[in-house]
Amino acid sequence: MNKITSLIGASIITLIGSSAYAEDIVIRWGTEAGYKPFIYKTSDGNLTGFDYEVGQAVCEHLKATCSWVEQDWDGIIPGLLSKRYDAILASMTITEERKRVIDFSDPYYLAPAGFVGKLDAGLNDDETLAGKTVGVLRGSTHANFILAERKDVVVREYPTQDEVWLDLVAGRIDASFVNQIAAQEGFLNSDAGKGYGLFGKAYKHPSVTGDGIGVGLRKSDTELRDTINGALEAIYANGTFKKINDKYVPFYIGTK
Amino acid sequence: MELSLIVQNWQVFALGLWNTLWLVGLALLFGGILAIPLALTQAYKTPYIGKFSLAYSYAIRGTPLLVQIYIIYYGLGQFEAVRNSIFWVLLKDPYFCAVLGFSLNSAAYASEILRGAIVGLPKGLIEAAYACGMSRFKMIRRIALPIAYRRSIFAYSNEVIFMLHGSVIASTITIVDLLGAGRRLNSQYYVTFEGFITAAVLYMTIVAFISFAFRLIEKRYAIT
Repeated sequence: MNKITSLIGASIITLIGSSAYAEDIVIRWGTEAGYKPFIYKTSDGNLTGFDYEVGQAVCEHLKATCSWVEQDWDGIIPGLLSKRYDAILASMTITEERKRVIDFSDPYYLAPAGFVGKLDAGLNDDETLAGKTVGVLRGSTHANFILAERKDVVVREYPTQDEVWLDLVAGRIDASFVNQIAAQEGFLNSDAGKGYGLFGKAYKHPSVTGDGIGVGLRKSDTELRDTINGALEAIYANGTFKKINDKYVPFYIGTK
Repeated sequence: MELSLIVQNWQVFALGLWNTLWLVGLALLFGGILAIPLALTQAYKTPYIGKFSLAYSYAIRGTPLLVQIYIIYYGLGQFEAVRNSIFWVLLKDPYFCAVLGFSLNSAAYASEILRGAIVGLPKGLIEAAYACGMSRFKMIRRIALPIAYRRSIFAYSNEVIFMLHGSVIASTITIVDLLGAGRRLNSQYYVTFEGFITAAVLYMTIVAFISFAFRLIEKRYAIT
């Protein structure tokens, strides 16, 4: 009997202990506030945006104490390594080169690829596109994907995406196959992009979108990585992610 | 070097080679035709038109071909009026823009070569032609131009090769020329050199043919 009580007692202490530990989590997010709508500042100087709210949601879920540290982009990885902050939350793309120096969480969002064209042209990404001309950025994953997968369209390759937009407006091409977020920010939200929009599917093939966007972490902080991965999983499951997504981006950018 | 990649994608290079050859061929043809009035009006200082020709060849030779092509292709397309005009049917097409730009460019350089040859003709030759009772037009057609042509061959072979190399600019306005084919191979297979080296070898082969052809022409026609 005594044994059992002490066992229960011990487990209660462990429970309290672990929850007390959870309240002790401190995360200092490092970011660069110049990437609308993901992370930027309001007119009164406060951080806001998609990344900011994801960070806050993670902290809320973990009941962690969070703070934000701003850092210029070119020093953002050195800042992490010199422990000015514990994690980079700044829409950082997961790449092989970066992975050599830092660790990443699971991707929390990715930029789907899709077609952009004139809204009243009645285009879709099915047979209606056959024989049409599609402009892409030369050497991009989008160019390679469309050259390999859509033999029925005429592909035109451009030196920069700006030139693709120019020719789309000029009417030389019918559509562009592009990163949807870049299309939204670089074209559709501008005056030139009026009357144009996304059409067809959102393509999330890894050969186009890459590994996605993750939280950057020090390689030694495996525990924090697992904690953040768990929290990301949870904000996906409870619908918080979807809510933040809809607030900032007009299409779904989630990984799940 | 992955030779198999190049062999597998020979069709892209064949397309690129074909596009480069006919673009350069047409540009040299139209440029050559346009060069004649440009050179003559400058050499004989035709009132007004001579000044215009001078300004034209100065403007073209004073700006990079890349800039000219961008103005024709992207620049003109910016104007609603151009897009609504009948010329848009032609200007819409990147191949047309390339041929237009290359021809205008080649004309300026070729006219300068030809003008030099005409100006350098021996005075006595011209006087003799007039003394035979030739009109000015007949003198130009029968004496000045044929001899000027034959004296321009060496310099013109260079212009042909420069035009070939300048034609890589077609790849910036979405045309798959030889360089475009090389770039496509590089970016599709994440290789660094294979595409460029294949393109380079093919360019050198074309230049070898051009040089050989000009050797033959020089042997038969050239006079210094």
